[in-house]
Amino acid sequence: MAEFVDFILLGFLAVVALAMTRLRNLFAVAMLSGIYSLLSAVLFVVLDAVDVAFTEAAVGAGITTVLMIGTLALTGTEEKISGRHTMIPLLIVLFTGAALIYGTLDMPAFEDPQAPVHQHVAPKYLRDTPIETGVPNVVTAVLASYRGYDTLGETTVIFTAGLGVIILLGLGQRKPGGTA
Amino acid sequence: MMFDVTMAAILVTMALALSRALLGPSLYDRILAVNMFGTKTVLAIAVLGFLMGRPEFLDLSLVYGVINYIGVIAILKFFESGDLAHPGHFGE
Repeated sequence: MAEFVDFILLGFLAVVALAMTRLRNLFAVAMLSGIYSLLSAVLFVVLDAVDVAFTEAAVGAGITTVLMIGTLALTGTEEKISGRHTMIPLLIVLFTGAALIYGTLDMPAFEDPQAPVHQHVAPKYLRDTPIETGVPNVVTAVLASYRGYDTLGETTVIFTAGLGVIILLGLGQRKPGGTA
Repeated sequence: MMFDVTMAAILVTMALALSRALLGPSLYDRILAVNMFGTKTVLAIAVLGFLMGRPEFLDLSLVYGVINYIGVIAILKFFESGDLAHPGHFGE
């Protein structure tokens, strides 16, 4: 059943992606990109990458859609049709896709427990994390304990960026002569 | 078996919402389709947890519900005032 769900979701992804390239109404494209993010979030959950799915849903489906619509309010919601149909972009995309698929042929099989990535340092963390940190979730332990200072720095950067954006947008600006 | 049937029903509903998002025709059809699709995503994640034998991901679907709600509110607010930073009716 899980494989069946995978196929259907991937089929939906393909349909949404094709529709996004064909539609000329940019508002519909922004809405479809939200659906695309939600679909890929479900696929990440199927692949057990719950934290990635979480980020994808919050950033992709939530914030990006709103930012896209904010941009559309400034530009316009209809795409101009260019009369030219060149084959070169299609060829470049096909070539890049073929190169990427060729690159995956060397990778170890999906869910292979003997893959190098599962042999190198992962067993040490899985074995020692509960003893060294006392945190039950290994991902949380790596982020908040082993790499605690790194995470603190990242949070500071994101906080500063958020402050900068708020200042640029002028939120909390007093109205001239107003009460608020 | 029960979860399989539920999952199939959710996938069919997803397909219907997707067709509405693709066909339109009006703006609000599409907004509603995205909202609908978000709700089905929440349900799909909840059912997938039981289908794959890891129901601890159920909490995640709750947060998806919140994100979906906030997203639709933001989009609608944008169409009402054309500005996300607009204070709305509470500021006046």
